[in-house]
Amino acid sequence: MDWTIIIFKTILLFIILVVTLVVALYSTYGERKVAAFMQDRRGPNRAGPFGLLQPFADGLKMLMKEEIIPLTANKRLFILGPSIAMTTALLTGVVIPWGGTFTIGGQEFSLQIADLNIGILYVFAMVSIGVYGIMIGGWASNNKYALLGAIRAASQMISYELAMGMSIVALVLTTGSLSLHDIVTQQHGGHWNIFYQPLGFLIFITCSFAETNRAPFDLPECETELIGGYHTEYSSMKLGFYLFAEYINMFISSAVITTLYFGGYNMPFMDQLGLSPNAVTLLGTAFFFLKIFGMIFLFMWIRWTLPRFRYDQLMNLGWKGLIPLSIFNIIATGVYYFFTELK
Amino acid sequence: MKSLTNRSKVVSDKKMTFMERIYIPAILKGMSITIRHFFSKKATINYPEQKREFSKVYRGQHVLKRDDLGRERCTACGLCAVACPAEAITMVAAERKPGEEHLYREEKYAAIYEINMLRCIFCGDCEDACPKEAIFLTDRIVASDTERKPFIYGKDILLEPLDPQQRIDISARQTEKVIQFKQNKGFAHNK
Repeated sequence: MDWTIIIFKTILLFIILVVTLVVALYSTYGERKVAAFMQDRRGPNRAGPFGLLQPFADGLKMLMKEEIIPLTANKRLFILGPSIAMTTALLTGVVIPWGGTFTIGGQEFSLQIADLNIGILYVFAMVSIGVYGIMIGGWASNNKYALLGAIRAASQMISYELAMGMSIVALVLTTGSLSLHDIVTQQHGGHWNIFYQPLGFLIFITCSFAETNRAPFDLPECETELIGGYHTEYSSMKLGFYLFAEYINMFISSAVITTLYFGGYNMPFMDQLGLSPNAVTLLGTAFFFLKIFGMIFLFMWIRWTLPRFRYDQLMNLGWKGLIPLSIFNIIATGVYYFFTELK
Repeated sequence: MKSLTNRSKVVSDKKMTFMERIYIPAILKGMSITIRHFFSKKATINYPEQKREFSKVYRGQHVLKRDDLGRERCTACGLCAVACPAEAITMVAAERKPGEEHLYREEKYAAIYEINMLRCIFCGDCEDACPKEAIFLTDRIVASDTERKPFIYGKDILLEPLDPQQRIDISARQTEKVIQFKQNKGFAHNK
């Protein structure tokens, strides 16, 4: 690997980090606006034009708050919790193909930082470690509500990860590759995976909601029962990190869903436009982000529509609903490919 | 029992059908409702920039009028205080001294005139009772406060400014019809 590639990747890494943070920052604003509009309100509109500076005001407020570490808490783990949540949330963006390739001076630059041949497994690994952030934080707080929230988060994520993994197995059966880059290239020209795996998509998106701890699966942080859930004892920017990690997770899982099921950076009439490859790449990336924003809107739309599940309903849906359904999906996909391959 | 509104639904715990159990139709129905609200007109008014339009005969903070020469119209007859259902008005009358003719129109005037804005219900009965066209309710809003004391408005707040430019317009409430009505001979003070 020569120097230009390394420099390019470093810059790309930085850009993606900044973009992720900015998108997550403005997701908080978007969330409040969407919530307000769906409830016939106007939402934040005082800080700056249309309230666009609201996220910064919120962030500043978080920073200015007093930092409290409870006496009985395990200090190291208490600090480690939000750090893990934030780090793992940011790490997932590495394998997502944010666009095609740029050709500058005869050299190709891929807009994917690392094209791992087991990209999907990497995403899963990161999501699984993300649970530790919540679990450690809730446990180290030495508070019963925080512990209950953490236990709920852990059991919820474990239950839904199973169904999520199995819906991906069916997807891998159709694509024949675990690399996210290959999966996106295969969807070129409108062959989006959602048309081949509608049931798998439904399972996957339901599990994504559960994995990101968002309504209707936001049991770990339900205020009425658990005060704040796993972050009851947290204050200042450590609480900010937890809340922010949720929005980063939402952005990243929107990106993953788009990559897996909606053709990633592919857009309709990509080849017919007659533009230069670099322009197409740029347009593709823009289109990719458009899809991601649509997905984020769906996340918010669902959140402000559905009430929260009860705990037993959550477990029922996960173990008795989604897991058998995803097994059925694998078998159906397998049988279909078995007979089509036979010919 | 028969319900009053006919809008109540009978709740039952029957087994859900397959369509109900997969949730999706119900979720889509809910989402269609929220998206309709997303695009609907918002009821909120951005207050300091936009103000809600008042009714033409809105009854807000009172004003004690002066006549064209700038003399106080009020003669401290006390009819407004008697008419007031909330007993919000009190006054102390005083006699006009020689040389004060440019200040007070009649020989008697109100030395102290106070309305307790916390008691006032803005009914406008004081305005109806007044034989001298001295007190009127205007479209000004009574400002909020954190204490009780400032809500007792004296003449310093209620009285109209002397400057003709700053006179308070009450034409919305003192219409021709109102003046006609007030000249009704049935009223004690018109006899």
